[in-house]
Amino acid sequence: MSLIKETEQRTGGIALLLFGAAALIPLADDGYYLSMAVNIAMYAVLCTAWTLFSGPTHYVSLATAAFFGVGTYSVGLGIDTLPFPLLIAIAAVASSILAGLVGLATLRLSGVYFVIFTLGLAELVRQVVTWLQVNFVGSVGLYVFTDLTEAHIFWMLLALAALVYVTGWLVNRSRLGFAMRIIGNDETVARHVGIDVARSKVILFMISGAFIGITGAILAPRFAYVEPPSAFNPVISFQVVIMALLGGTGRLWAPLLGVIPFTILFDQISANFPNYTSLLIGIAFMAIVYYLPRGVIGLVDDIRMRQTKRHEHAAGVPEAAE
Amino acid sequence: MERRTVIKTLAASLLASAVLAGPAVAEDVIKIGASAPKTGPLAGGAAVTYWPAVQLWVHDVNERGGIDVGGTKMKVELIEYDDRTSNEEAIKNVQRMATVDKVDFIVPPYGTGINLAVAPLIAKNGYPHIAVTAVADGVDDFASRWPNSFWTLGTSEGMASSLVDLLKDMREAGQINDKVAVVNVADAFGIELANTGKPALKEAGFDIVYETSYPLQQQDFAPIISAAKNAGPDTFIAFSYPGDTFGLTKQAAIADLPVKAYYVGVATAFPAFAGANGAAANGVMGVGGVNAESPAYQDFAKRQEEVTGVAPDYWASPVQYASLEVLEQAITAVGSLDKAAVIEQLKSGTFETIMGEWTFDNNVIRKFWTVGQWQDGVFHGIASTGVGGETAPILKSGWN
Amino acid sequence: MDILVTGTVLGGTYALIALGLTLQYGVARIMNLANGENLVLACFCAFWLHTAASINPIIGIALIAPGAFVLNWLIYAYGMRPLVDRAKNRGQLEIDSILATFGLMFIMQGVMLLVFGGGYFSYNFLSEPVRIMGENYGLNRIVALIAAVVIAAALYGFLYRTRYGTAVRAVAVNPASASLVAIDVPRMSAFAFALGGGLTAAGGALLSTFYTFNASMGVIFTMKALIIVIMGGVGDVRGAVLAALLLGLAETAVATLIDPGLTLAATYTLFILVLLFRPQGIFGRQTA
Repeated sequence: MSLIKETEQRTGGIALLLFGAAALIPLADDGYYLSMAVNIAMYAVLCTAWTLFSGPTHYVSLATAAFFGVGTYSVGLGIDTLPFPLLIAIAAVASSILAGLVGLATLRLSGVYFVIFTLGLAELVRQVVTWLQVNFVGSVGLYVFTDLTEAHIFWMLLALAALVYVTGWLVNRSRLGFAMRIIGNDETVARHVGIDVARSKVILFMISGAFIGITGAILAPRFAYVEPPSAFNPVISFQVVIMALLGGTGRLWAPLLGVIPFTILFDQISANFPNYTSLLIGIAFMAIVYYLPRGVIGLVDDIRMRQTKRHEHAAGVPEAAE
Repeated sequence: MERRTVIKTLAASLLASAVLAGPAVAEDVIKIGASAPKTGPLAGGAAVTYWPAVQLWVHDVNERGGIDVGGTKMKVELIEYDDRTSNEEAIKNVQRMATVDKVDFIVPPYGTGINLAVAPLIAKNGYPHIAVTAVADGVDDFASRWPNSFWTLGTSEGMASSLVDLLKDMREAGQINDKVAVVNVADAFGIELANTGKPALKEAGFDIVYETSYPLQQQDFAPIISAAKNAGPDTFIAFSYPGDTFGLTKQAAIADLPVKAYYVGVATAFPAFAGANGAAANGVMGVGGVNAESPAYQDFAKRQEEVTGVAPDYWASPVQYASLEVLEQAITAVGSLDKAAVIEQLKSGTFETIMGEWTFDNNVIRKFWTVGQWQDGVFHGIASTGVGGETAPILKSGWN
Repeated sequence: MDILVTGTVLGGTYALIALGLTLQYGVARIMNLANGENLVLACFCAFWLHTAASINPIIGIALIAPGAFVLNWLIYAYGMRPLVDRAKNRGQLEIDSILATFGLMFIMQGVMLLVFGGGYFSYNFLSEPVRIMGENYGLNRIVALIAAVVIAAALYGFLYRTRYGTAVRAVAVNPASASLVAIDVPRMSAFAFALGGGLTAAGGALLSTFYTFNASMGVIFTMKALIIVIMGGVGDVRGAVLAALLLGLAETAVATLIDPGLTLAATYTLFILVLLFRPQGIFGRQTA
């Protein structure tokens, strides 16, 4: 268990190289392409953190915007009094507490209830935050003026992405990850072998929520002005689910395969057809659902499978969680 | 919208895209980028106030041969992006306009939050930032933080205190008593207005008999209106957003809210407001206003409807157009597309616009419309911070 | 007292929003995220019929609902069937249908934006007050409430008193067993999906008489509908109506007695309470 396999070493090495290369992007361009890179990095972290929980459990969480907003707000409220790194820690704690509460309330129930509840959670938190601010602070907008540039934000996101991957890898190797795999395959079996199903799910949901909260915190300085509608924008929740599902949720790095092409595709659509954005995004979506049923990762697996077959080798299907 | 107008809109947008896609000889063209919501929660407002005015201006400029830059006429090419009412998207769009499309000038986005989110970026790239649909009390702070930014539509403080002054006059004339109900939407502009409006009301000796806030996108206002009605005020004030402006007013009409002064917020100045409320709109006051009698506005309104198929509102639409007239005149005065020089010209110059003569005082327009009122199917400006041309207010007499 | 009436009227509105979805989700197993867009589209159609052809929206329903029925039948037959056939289990279908209807939502929104633009729309129909127990209420809202009662009763009668309705309910309970007793499950699912779409459209036409709407507003309705459907128990008409009423009353009570800023909080507290104490929905499955 504790040994690092050769393939893992190789994957780690490749990952390190890719991260190194990505870290150089801000040196090459600090305009549009960096902005794109920030958006991609942001969704990469969000989608991977989402998959951390939703991949093995098959619970579709639409609460991303809630955690994201909590993170953004932690920074917005404290930026004038506390140092930024501390605020990031606060964001992580606050959103994992929120995740814990939601998890305790809903994760014992079937997946459908969870979907709906998380769908409304962002709205609920937004309304409560607004109400508290209106009645106790007297304004809803918060200014976040810092010296952080897009490049700094990008590097922070990149570091966070690395952290998410390492965490995901560690979780996979741990008892928790093992338990999650059993739960994902069959909850009844998991319960019979003595796994505390609800507790495992809640812990994982909290980890995932914390990462999403941190992402929100890191991005707060980018917007200069934090207000509830933008911090708790429900579109974020949907985009994360969509991109992650399109990439595939079976493996930790699969969402990345959704994030990169689709950020670029959406961007091309909105750049070239500003008046038809909705329509074209919708059509692209339907096409993807019908023609890529298992996400991009499914496509990758098919190609790989064909190659291995050519090598006359039995296709070892890796823990396909779908 | 009738079928005819739909067809007209389609035709107009086709025409517009044809115009835009027309011959674009790189050197003789000024590239102007615009990013604002075409979808998302703010799309409804932008579709009335922002896009048509921008499109009309481009149409007008090109029709008269282009902008005079140092003696040569340069046509304008508009590059449009949809920010989907999202900050990330808006930032990315501005980046794209600045570094990929390399536009010459940028029409700032729609909405206070998004304007602030992109302000650092616009400043970094050295563009003038003439914000219109961004009303906040921090305008002087913003202007000193981003010296390239200009703020045209006024401040919440100005809007609220001007309303209170108006009510004070009405009370002194014996038209209303001192009982007021104040409600507001729990979002930036609504809260700012309420925060300055309520203390000002109290200071002026008004008695706030009912006050509450309600969340964004609220659809049902029966509880609020009936509570306000029970409190028995002569004046009802709602610092509201488009959806709630309509909802509150419909409910007030149904409950026959017996007030003599009725004020609602954003979107009162939209032409759709009169359409939705019919005769009940008469006497309704709202934020904004314009000198609807002025030939300049009437001509603008007529042409915008002809060119884009969309009637302008009675508040920010003409200001949006005026902000672009200002940009054009600054470019012509400088005689080049040098952004820094244009910013300097904006700071010091005097400009002729459909809203009258504009000069920026520390990057802010200090004379702006604050309160308007529907009178016989037209939304007249009835109070301002010194623009001139105000119509006298009338009392709200019933809802039929 | 006026809390009761206002809450009931609001509850009736919510029932109109949710009844269609409870069929689509409960029977056809499609969590239709485009439900709200369907509703808004009906608003636009009613608006257009009223302003351009001066057709009374109540009569307009006779055109709009069948139109929506056909449209939704087509959507199911060509859009959703392949997903249903492909899905190995309920979870897979859930994910696929979320993705597909999310795309559908964008497409419908895009089309409405192109045709009608992004602005606000509203018209006047029956917006005169009626007096009930000393308070004024909009006639159009009362009409909507009555219509909601009629629609719900008709639907109930159909589902519980006819053979065809019983078959639909059987599919809702268990598609696999339903096919064992010679019920054409795909046909029933398509029918339920289409009927749900028709009901939603009828609701939209009624709502358009008192709501101000624009092309990007559908998601608000979808959210409300989903909450009501889950609270009531998926696929249970009685539950959905009761949940809608409860929600209307709770929101009105909170808005009147506590603070209009906390209506959503009330909604979700109620939602959580229902889930914690009756996780199978208000009426649960055992009676269905």
